[in-house]
Amino acid sequence: MPVTITMPALSPTMTEGTLASWLVAEGESVNPGDMIAEIETDKATMEVEAVDEGVVGKILVPAGTENIAVNTPIVILLLEGEDAASIDSAAASPAPAPNPAPVAQPSPAPAAVAAAPAVAAAPAPAPAPAPVAEAVIEEDLPAGTEMVAMTVRDALRDAMAEEMRGDGDVFLMGEEVAEYQGAYKISQGLLAEFGPRRVIDTPITEHGFTGMAVGAAFGGLKPIVEFMTFNFAMQAIDQIINSAAKTRYMSGGQMGCPIVFRGANGIASRVAAQHSQCYASWYAHCPGLKVVSPYSAADAKGLLKSAIRDPNPVVFLENELMYGHSFEVPVLDDYTVPIGKARVARAGSDVTIVAFSIAVGWALEAADALAAEGISAEVIDLRSIRPLDLPTVLQSVRKTNRCVTVEEGWLACGIGAELSALIMEQAFDELDAPVSRVGGADVPMPYAANLEKLSVPDAAAIAATAKAVCYR
Amino acid sequence: MAKAAKSKAVGSKTEALKATKLPARRRKAPPPPAITKDNAGEALGFYRQMLLIRRFEEKAGQMYGMGLIGGFCHLYIGQEAVVTGMQSAIEEGDTQLTSYRDHGHMLACGMDAKGVMAELTGRIGGYSKGKGGSMHMFSREKNFFGGHGIVGAQVPIGAGLGFAHKYKNNGRISLTYFGDGSANQGQVYEAFNMAALWQLPVIFIVENNQYAMGTAVGRATAQTELYRRGESIGIPGVQVDGMDVLAVKAAGDEAVKHVRGGKGPILLEMKTYRYRGHSMSDPAKYRTKEEVQRVRAERDPIDHLRESILSVGVADEAALKALDREVKDIVTEAAEFAQNSPEPDPAELYTDILVEV
Repeated sequence: MPVTITMPALSPTMTEGTLASWLVAEGESVNPGDMIAEIETDKATMEVEAVDEGVVGKILVPAGTENIAVNTPIVILLLEGEDAASIDSAAASPAPAPNPAPVAQPSPAPAAVAAAPAVAAAPAPAPAPAPVAEAVIEEDLPAGTEMVAMTVRDALRDAMAEEMRGDGDVFLMGEEVAEYQGAYKISQGLLAEFGPRRVIDTPITEHGFTGMAVGAAFGGLKPIVEFMTFNFAMQAIDQIINSAAKTRYMSGGQMGCPIVFRGANGIASRVAAQHSQCYASWYAHCPGLKVVSPYSAADAKGLLKSAIRDPNPVVFLENELMYGHSFEVPVLDDYTVPIGKARVARAGSDVTIVAFSIAVGWALEAADALAAEGISAEVIDLRSIRPLDLPTVLQSVRKTNRCVTVEEGWLACGIGAELSALIMEQAFDELDAPVSRVGGADVPMPYAANLEKLSVPDAAAIAATAKAVCYR
Repeated sequence: MAKAAKSKAVGSKTEALKATKLPARRRKAPPPPAITKDNAGEALGFYRQMLLIRRFEEKAGQMYGMGLIGGFCHLYIGQEAVVTGMQSAIEEGDTQLTSYRDHGHMLACGMDAKGVMAELTGRIGGYSKGKGGSMHMFSREKNFFGGHGIVGAQVPIGAGLGFAHKYKNNGRISLTYFGDGSANQGQVYEAFNMAALWQLPVIFIVENNQYAMGTAVGRATAQTELYRRGESIGIPGVQVDGMDVLAVKAAGDEAVKHVRGGKGPILLEMKTYRYRGHSMSDPAKYRTKEEVQRVRAERDPIDHLRESILSVGVADEAALKALDREVKDIVTEAAEFAQNSPEPDPAELYTDILVEV
């Protein structure tokens, strides 16, 4: 039976891609290892290899086709002794997808929600990022400001490029940031524009290059340090905390460390425990640092520009799963968002849901579901974790009298724990229910698809917790 | 440690190196110049500088014993020639940083003894307003970038200062000091590698005082010739008699020429010795009293220089005594200032954390 070759997934997060070109024609023989096609995603262009010996029977997807979902059949390969007549039978029964969607098993315990009140954490499928640009509420924009759809990835790149154009002391260093154009393609085009003096590939030595960047900042430069992911920054955390964050204080105010540590943070997809973790509470714990974690592309751009200009060390926590997500971004020459200011992402009156980064999307989805049940949820996007915009949170809680916090990370000593303590201390009498937390399961991130799903909070868990604090 | 031959020519202790044919990466330390009328002023300056560090440190030890200085206090006594010689080789605007054994470096940079001592006592008149203490002091004015308490952490930071110099193309170099204990830290090699890869203007100076806290070098490292630690990545290394200030100065001059000339980093191993414990709370059971006595008697950098100055006749006893008195007065004044300067105002608790935007 002929072999059907399907659109391959080139990364853990890829859901679709473009078939850039065919490197073989129908009727041509191929051997295992031969390149047959070029596939493009927003991050990379890769070649597809043949794994069987045979003859190209039928090309199912023409070159140049965009948005082909992973596992879509793209070509049929005829094996020895087969001819074109076999093609129809192959097309009728495509080879099974190599990576079938796991069937959600009934969960024995609400793993993703560790805090009371207990809710049934029905493992709803994780929502795929919406392909259309999401509108975001932006305060203080000049009337008639034009908006353009832009991915978080491009917004981050533009922020760096704009600041590098404006200030010759700003430079970018990290693994694969220059010639490779960024492991997640955040620095695409920067090497071409700014050259190797300002866009610097480092060896894989997080501890060393972070210390070097701190030294460069002490020496008057404004480094942007890209960590491929923040998991690897644990090797460098001594330099981030002991050197970058504390030196101003230890020097009686003489020294400054204007530096940005940025990169992917949080739960990625199917990469297991050492590559899937949220560090917000780790850094937010430490005086001398600012910690930022945007959700939308507009905030990613505006906050990164502010972070680069900030004379203090800023930890800028991005999310890999958000890089390809599009939002509306204002078309302004110099769009900045102040650090330390939260955003009301959706107004409501019955319950406040506080989230940051990718969890804002889950919270908004939960708010939609709650609205259908007559519960009006207000969603606050923290944007900055340190300093925390407590006034905006308290103002909302005083209105709704109920609060649910959401984070990807473990609940123990987490951002939700901090928020609930602060709300209790400063608005105890305004609460009609205990503050409730939603967060990641208290386990190292598992690899198995079903277990991973159980570890990550989702809109259903948030909605269930919100209903619980509303006593519904 | 090999015994130094007593000799009129100051710092002739390079026999061990002379005997071997060295590969290009292992350079011979240049011979130290003899003291003559021509360099008499410089020699006297070295004498005064080393004496100031020693008297300052002795006073700090005394004040620690009186409970006026708290926490950890790491004294530089015995190692004075290293920083004194290196300081004389660099120029205004060059940057330097070191570990927590930093009082000597600060005095050598020209930082005020009063401000350093007042930091040790935790007073507002200290360089860090009393918030940093012995291990964490800085002077932007004197281009002294700390004072770092985490063993080895200052090495990549020093390389980063070198990076900044190169980026700005300002002709300045970075002096990055560390100890034989730091020499085994991974980040030191990460920094070496990047400094060599990017040809950064950095002089790495390992002050090999033979003991990382209580662990002798040979018990902690498989390659005890620390100047060879950059060999595999092309960083030239030179072993220097760190007890001889003129030898240090000669090696420093060559290193500065190499680094400022754009040839990339260089590594100087200063063979030196600390007389006191690792910190004030160290009973020093890991070495014998005789060993310390022997080094003091035979290799003391200050005595050594003093004898040479007198024997060559560039100054007499009376002139040296006048210097002694001058130094003593500076240290006495610093100690008084450090005890009279008030503690920081409680309002200082919450200042200097972030730059207000």
